[in-house]
Amino acid sequence: MTQQNHGNAHKFGMVIDLDKCTGCGSCMVACMSENNVPFKEDESNKKDSITWMRVYKLTNGKSFPDTDVCYLPRPCMHCGGKGDHGHSPCVSVCPATATDYDYGTGIVSQIYTRCFGCRYCMGACPYHARFFNWWDPKWPEGMEEYLSPDVSPRMRGVVEKCSFCFHRYQAAKDKAYLEERDTVAEEEYQTACTQACPSGAITFGDLNNPDHAVHQLVNPDPHHCGRPRNPKAFRLLERLETNPKVYYISEREWVRKAGDNYLDGEWEKAKMKKTKGHE
Amino acid sequence: MSELEEKTENGSTDSLEMGVSEEQKAEGDSGIGAGVLFFIAAFAVCFLSGWLLFPNLLYSKKEQPFNFNHALHVEEMGGCDSCHYFREDGSFAGVPKLAQCVDCHAEVMGDTEDEAVFVAEYVEKEKEVPWLIYSEQPDCVFFSHSAHVVGAQMDCVSCHGHIGESTTMKPYEENRITGYSRDIWGKNIWGFKKNSWDRMKMDDCAECHEKETGSKGACFQCHK
Repeated sequence: MTQQNHGNAHKFGMVIDLDKCTGCGSCMVACMSENNVPFKEDESNKKDSITWMRVYKLTNGKSFPDTDVCYLPRPCMHCGGKGDHGHSPCVSVCPATATDYDYGTGIVSQIYTRCFGCRYCMGACPYHARFFNWWDPKWPEGMEEYLSPDVSPRMRGVVEKCSFCFHRYQAAKDKAYLEERDTVAEEEYQTACTQACPSGAITFGDLNNPDHAVHQLVNPDPHHCGRPRNPKAFRLLERLETNPKVYYISEREWVRKAGDNYLDGEWEKAKMKKTKGHE
Repeated sequence: MSELEEKTENGSTDSLEMGVSEEQKAEGDSGIGAGVLFFIAAFAVCFLSGWLLFPNLLYSKKEQPFNFNHALHVEEMGGCDSCHYFREDGSFAGVPKLAQCVDCHAEVMGDTEDEAVFVAEYVEKEKEVPWLIYSEQPDCVFFSHSAHVVGAQMDCVSCHGHIGESTTMKPYEENRITGYSRDIWGKNIWGFKKNSWDRMKMDDCAECHEKETGSKGACFQCHK
């Protein structure tokens, strides 16, 4: 595979408008049912829960009447790694090549039959996007019939994570091949969470394609590994140079500041740098 | 062990007594000879049982519900795609369902025993035929027929062989450990491959992909 991440290659990504997110959790439910995500009889211990998509609650830490809440949905970031060359934190540590970076789509895969469960990737991932199967999945009686045949269920002892609903891309490509088309249209490949979001907070598409909504929303800078040029947009832990493909948008400054860990005074400097860069 | 002991005994006597009789020497040689012979024989037994007997034990043979004559159907219906077709959404229908067969087989058509079984057991009872699929891939594999047949213009024979010319169904051989069809690993236990349809392992996919597209592709190209 060529180490090319620009040009004709796709770079699928997601933009989440945090000001639109109501924290309803539809994306989490849609994701679980779409991807055959296993659950336990007792899900009260959230440390064991497998949630490819998880909604976090952020607060500005102020008391009434200034208190403000923001919900932040977190899928896998499908990091491009430093320089956006595909050296994602998880991919670079996997000793089994059970996870790889697809230069044609920018998607980080996870192959369950290849994974032997060392969990290095979970340690490497700065976003807690990876989950370990401590048990074999146990479906309530009759629920096997509801599982999606397009997504392989996982077994005990392997790691799993969000795949940007890659099986939907495979299905869309299948159709495109049959109709002798070269390209898959924007609406043909959308993730389950995107379609389930009732407030339309999630947008999905090709970040390399200027016609796609995701590109127009964040205006990624190709010379800076896709850093958003929209001043209201940010990526989580931007300074780690993991170059995630999930962008967040918020009008609220405290929310944008929550996207990274800033020391006292650092945020002001970062803000200055950012605004200067756009002038 | 006994040969070894004998040998060391002979050796020790050799070193102690200078004048060794010819008789003793000959005895020692025949001991080594018997050992070598024993080794070769044991090796042959283990080797042959490993390569010939074990594969037979590894695979269980199952017969199809009844015999299906591909050659006859190709003659009557035309190419493979008259029964094995693409759905509108680009997915591949694979083995036909009963509803498709019933279009012609509502009543007994020929005078073969298999036809009688088919109509009596399945058509009349409206039961799907539990065909055993020779080329069924593991669950983690995503294979796009449209990418290969429409996109790359490959013919069915490249992967499935000349199944369309067969008049009988071979027994389905299932790996007792993995539960997969023998057609995936291939018939040849040595791993030799004469035809492109001899095997359907990941390496075989990768080999062709590397040759035709210049790269083995990313994992998600063929996995789900």
